[in-house]
Amino acid sequence: MAAANGEKGFVVPELEIKYTKLFINGQFVDAVSGKTFETRDPRTGEVIATIAEGDKADVDLAVKAAREAFDNGPWPRMPGCARGRILHKFADLVDQHVEELAALDTVDAGKLFLMGKMMDIPGGASLLRYYAGAADKIHGETLKMSRPLQAYTLKEPVGVVGHIVPWNYPTTMFFFKVSPALAAGCTMVVKPAEQTPLSALFYAHLAKEAGIPDGVLNIVPGFGPTAGAAIASHMDIDKISFTGSTEVGRIVMQAAAMSNLKSVSLELGGKSPVIVFDDADVDMAVNLVNMATYTNKGEICVAGSRIYVQEGIYDAFVKKSVELAKKSVVGDPFNPNVHQGPQVDKDQYEKVLKYIDVGKREGATLLTGGKPCSEKGYYIEPTIFTDVKEDMSIAQEEIFGPVMALMKFKTVEEAIQKANNTRYGLAAGVVTKNIDTMNTVSRSVRAGVIWVNCYFAFDPDAPFGGYKMSGFGKDMGIDALDKYLHTKTVVTPLYNTPWL
Amino acid sequence: MAAMRATSSFLSRRGLLARLSADPLLRADNARHFLPGAFRRFSTAPAAAADEEPIKPPVEVKYTQLLINGNFVDAASGKTFPTADPRTGEVIARVAEGDAEDIDRAVAAARKAFDEGPWPRMTAYERCRVLLRFADLMEQHSDEIAALESWDGGKPLEQTAHGEVPMATRCMRYYAGWADKIHGLVVPADGPHHVQVLHEPIGVAGQIVPWNFPLLMFAWKVGPALACGNAVVLKTAEQTPLSALYVASLLHEAGLPEGVLNVVPGFGPTAGAALSSHMGVDKLAFTGSTGTGKVILELSARSNLKPVTLELGGKSPFIVMDDADVDQAVELAHRALFFNQGQCCCAGSRTFVHERVYDEFVEKSKARAERRVVGDPFKKGVEQGPQIDGQQFKKILGYVKSGVDGGATLVTGGDRVGSRGFYIQPTVFADVQDEMKIAQEEIFGPIQSILKFRDVGEVVRRANATHYGLAAGVFTSNLDTANTVARALRVGSVWINCYDVFDAAIPFGGYKMSGIGREKGAYSLRNYLQTKAVVTPLKDPAWL
Repeated sequence: MAAANGEKGFVVPELEIKYTKLFINGQFVDAVSGKTFETRDPRTGEVIATIAEGDKADVDLAVKAAREAFDNGPWPRMPGCARGRILHKFADLVDQHVEELAALDTVDAGKLFLMGKMMDIPGGASLLRYYAGAADKIHGETLKMSRPLQAYTLKEPVGVVGHIVPWNYPTTMFFFKVSPALAAGCTMVVKPAEQTPLSALFYAHLAKEAGIPDGVLNIVPGFGPTAGAAIASHMDIDKISFTGSTEVGRIVMQAAAMSNLKSVSLELGGKSPVIVFDDADVDMAVNLVNMATYTNKGEICVAGSRIYVQEGIYDAFVKKSVELAKKSVVGDPFNPNVHQGPQVDKDQYEKVLKYIDVGKREGATLLTGGKPCSEKGYYIEPTIFTDVKEDMSIAQEEIFGPVMALMKFKTVEEAIQKANNTRYGLAAGVVTKNIDTMNTVSRSVRAGVIWVNCYFAFDPDAPFGGYKMSGFGKDMGIDALDKYLHTKTVVTPLYNTPWL
Repeated sequence: MAAMRATSSFLSRRGLLARLSADPLLRADNARHFLPGAFRRFSTAPAAAADEEPIKPPVEVKYTQLLINGNFVDAASGKTFPTADPRTGEVIARVAEGDAEDIDRAVAAARKAFDEGPWPRMTAYERCRVLLRFADLMEQHSDEIAALESWDGGKPLEQTAHGEVPMATRCMRYYAGWADKIHGLVVPADGPHHVQVLHEPIGVAGQIVPWNFPLLMFAWKVGPALACGNAVVLKTAEQTPLSALYVASLLHEAGLPEGVLNVVPGFGPTAGAALSSHMGVDKLAFTGSTGTGKVILELSARSNLKPVTLELGGKSPFIVMDDADVDQAVELAHRALFFNQGQCCCAGSRTFVHERVYDEFVEKSKARAERRVVGDPFKKGVEQGPQIDGQQFKKILGYVKSGVDGGATLVTGGDRVGSRGFYIQPTVFADVQDEMKIAQEEIFGPIQSILKFRDVGEVVRRANATHYGLAAGVFTSNLDTANTVARALRVGSVWINCYDVFDAAIPFGGYKMSGIGREKGAYSLRNYLQTKAVVTPLKDPAWL
């Protein structure tokens, strides 16, 4: 692979960090403790900014503001169409700041600047618009009762929501959670990841400018064991929505159970299979798998991290995959020619290198990559292992890095059995031209989304979320709106009704 | 925000009336001092307002041609027709008169736009963005649109500016939000089959809109049709072609591809008939009279069996129980009938009042009608403008005569206002009997008929004794009465302790001869979608 770090000829935009404090009740404020933490640029490991560090006391203030905004404020009391108008304005403001927001996510998370401008940031605006259009379409139902009763359901906003979002897609995850909750009429406290607080704080500013009332959207950057734990165990939060690792998801759910039994939705880890059948176009499949594994440097919960290739095309597939991986350009994510930026931080970087080492020691064959590729920052080569066995760590555990594990299979049944041989169930890819294979595999793989002859086919209208230990509850689509709504049934007797 | 609130409830208490009555000049008790002429009883002192020099509308007429394939063009025949100002009967503009040949051109353009063009092929999100931009443009040009609508239709400017234009804009935004949420079901099969239901746009939709709410009916029809990805040929009423042409040009400015929306002003027997019987039109939606609705359904049957939605006439009951707040009921019953000069398909045109509150109700209704401000629709504070044209004007006065001749008590009004244009006094009849013509036929004018009843069973029976079934109002504070009556009335809308609430999301349409199908809400999407089941066998399915 070409290391592009020394290359010149691209411009790193001048970036001023405007928002570094907690956003509570419509104001940027310091932490109660006065503490701050550093957020670092993964290209260099250098500090970008110091950020107010929220913990329990700040979460309490944020919840109080959200509670007041929900219990007495205008947000849940205005018509859905009025909330929709404000969300449309929010979306327009996001669109007006694409460059700046994309740059923030790039310096904070090492994400490709070009992708941010083309996908992440406009994608956030489109999620806002989708739910802006849904805010006035929250329907209850009138019911068919078995006795002379008139009954209907009301869909009411669930209340104060806690959102804990991860660092790999700071913008996308923020809007996955915030957009439907806002549309439903909820108020909320958002904790962005400590690695990537910058864009969330910028969004707080835009939300206020769009007209979202104070207290509706509160942002408390901080760490999981302090701020995150305070949200998960808070008695005045009605619902928590978490995206992150399965291990932390378990802690969040425990905290909810131990406190007020708040409803929980979890979007957790994955070890998603991509199954390539003999009838696939090999070049197309190689490209698809490359994208599935290496997108966002493998830091994506739905990464195609177990690649099952049918024996008839296996050798050709492996050869071409290695060639393609070697062509991949790793380097500064601001460089438009770069395919892969640095891992988000030192911890992740070391964890990925450790898994590569474990893979080698457990007997898998390292075909390409496997090494850091820069003196400075957290860059890792696109890596491919073959001869991977089902029980190896690299086939079972989520690596969250640019590491492909290639495995061979013979029959459809075997592919299904292997694909399901995991505690995870987030996503799966299937590459085949055969309609029966497609139908059988789609129904047999226990995962929340199946992409057939495509991958990462996310869409605002398409629900997304896991089976098994990949979590429960859906983001996106109308399903996500339902997460933030209570159903209330209202019943009254009928007298002299002409029909039932 | 203010506009938004007005949109959702401009006819209810918090809306238009609240705004008007918040203005001390317009509050009824103060008004006598400030506007002496306007509130006097018209039968004794015809309002001067109607005879004053008409206020010059603050708008110019820009578009008077047919809009076909993205261009404004003359009619093939070269013919034009006049559209008149109902305040004076004078010509506002001459408009290209579409005929069968123009409908052919418009359908050909729509067909091409649908069969080959980008509109049904672009993402729903892109369609959504076009409709949102259109709504923004409507808002930016709301003054001109409201003025055109008032000029062409004789509608009070305060009503068009604060009610109808925001409602039309709201309707477009509502359907913009549906574009990317049109879901089919994945259906459980009885055996090993995988079944998906696809909802596809139906194709070329023909739409015929009436003159009483030209812009709003445009939005109700064009909004869902475009959100679903269809192409449209719209025929406007010959009385009111102007606002549709204006906003259609804005829709193109917003990025609508050519041919997707074609607007053909013209007459029913020519352009309307050509559209209804066209073999290249896949769907027809019509709002207008029951008589014309029958013709349209027949033309569809005789041509290509295109599915038809009809929103037709009504003779909607407004039922006031003895436990109702009489003052509130009087006010709402008044507005239910007199709104838009009584030219509403869902006008509450049979006011049924319980005998225990009847006398009080009649007296207060009379007083309210006499306070109604009739005059130039461009004048601030005017509640009622002229009727749409001479034909309607004569028809309404004919009904007044029929009421008097039939033995109903003329409580107030009954005559024209002034000597020019088509203004009619707010008129109230009491002691109206069910079999009278004024209790049976749609008058479409400012004539309130009050009928007396004794109990719930009786009023339900009488309320249902009509060919129509569009809407009804029920005024009661009793929950059980409300539930019983709401279920018993054979009508498409029941407003309980309110009337004329027309949110974008609420379905609207008739039972019986008031029509077929529903407009607005999610229900209207069905009018513009085909349903396709796609079935394939499953081999070794993991579950069924």
